Amino acid sequence: MPVIDWEPMETVFYLSSAIALVSTAMVISRIHAMHAALYLIVSLLAAAVVMFSVGAPFTGALEIIVYAGAIMVLMVFVIMLLNVNREKKNPERKWLRPTAWLGPGMLSFLLLGLLGLLLTEKHSGNVGQGEVEVKQVAASIFGIYLIGVELASMLLMAGVVGAFHLGLKKREPISTE
Amino acid sequence: MIRRNMIFVIMSLEIMLHAAGLAFVMASMRWQQPDGQVMFVFVLAVAAAEAAVALALLMRLFGRSGSLDTDTVGK
Repeated sequence: MPVIDWEPMETVFYLSSAIALVSTAMVISRIHAMHAALYLIVSLLAAAVVMFSVGAPFTGALEIIVYAGAIMVLMVFVIMLLNVNREKKNPERKWLRPTAWLGPGMLSFLLLGLLGLLLTEKHSGNVGQGEVEVKQVAASIFGIYLIGVELASMLLMAGVVGAFHLGLKKREPISTE
Repeated sequence: MIRRNMIFVIMSLEIMLHAAGLAFVMASMRWQQPDGQVMFVFVLAVAAAEAAVALALLMRLFGRSGSLDTDTVGK
């Protein structure tokens, strides 16, 4: 039997990929929206660890900041605001049962362990061919893709205006019939 | 379509956009070009705008019919 040289980076890659798949499957199979949101956050974090392990730290950080930070906060906020599955008395005690947070919590701790493994890694190597540096990405964004950046900013502006318009309380109905 | 809850529809949209972005990043790392990561940044912007508008629509839907079931929209 040949000696298998243990590659920590590959372990990180495959384990976090498995976590991403499992948690995404849990997202689309949950009944309660809040549980699904928790699993979706774990899924995004797992994908971020995958990106770190293949040597794309810029997109990994962006993933955590924008997806897990901004979009999921917005989504959790709306779920809490609407409070779809209404329980009358003591809802928070009901939500904080271990069955609600044990799965996402365990998967997150596994991801934390993987991240620690990734940080204490002596010989720094990636799963893929190498690292695409932030410098290259930045030069590409503000070089040949500058028009795309402008279009993205216009799209975000349209999104803000549209969300504001839709969220506005109307005095009169908007239908023209 | 099994899930009729509007929140799950939006979440599934996010998952699909995110999968596309992850595929872009992986292609970028496979060929060692920065273009895929640039595309991921654009996908991120699209996902953020989409989430904002979709959640505003969700609030309007809830205010109109009091439920998030997509079957009740047309009624």
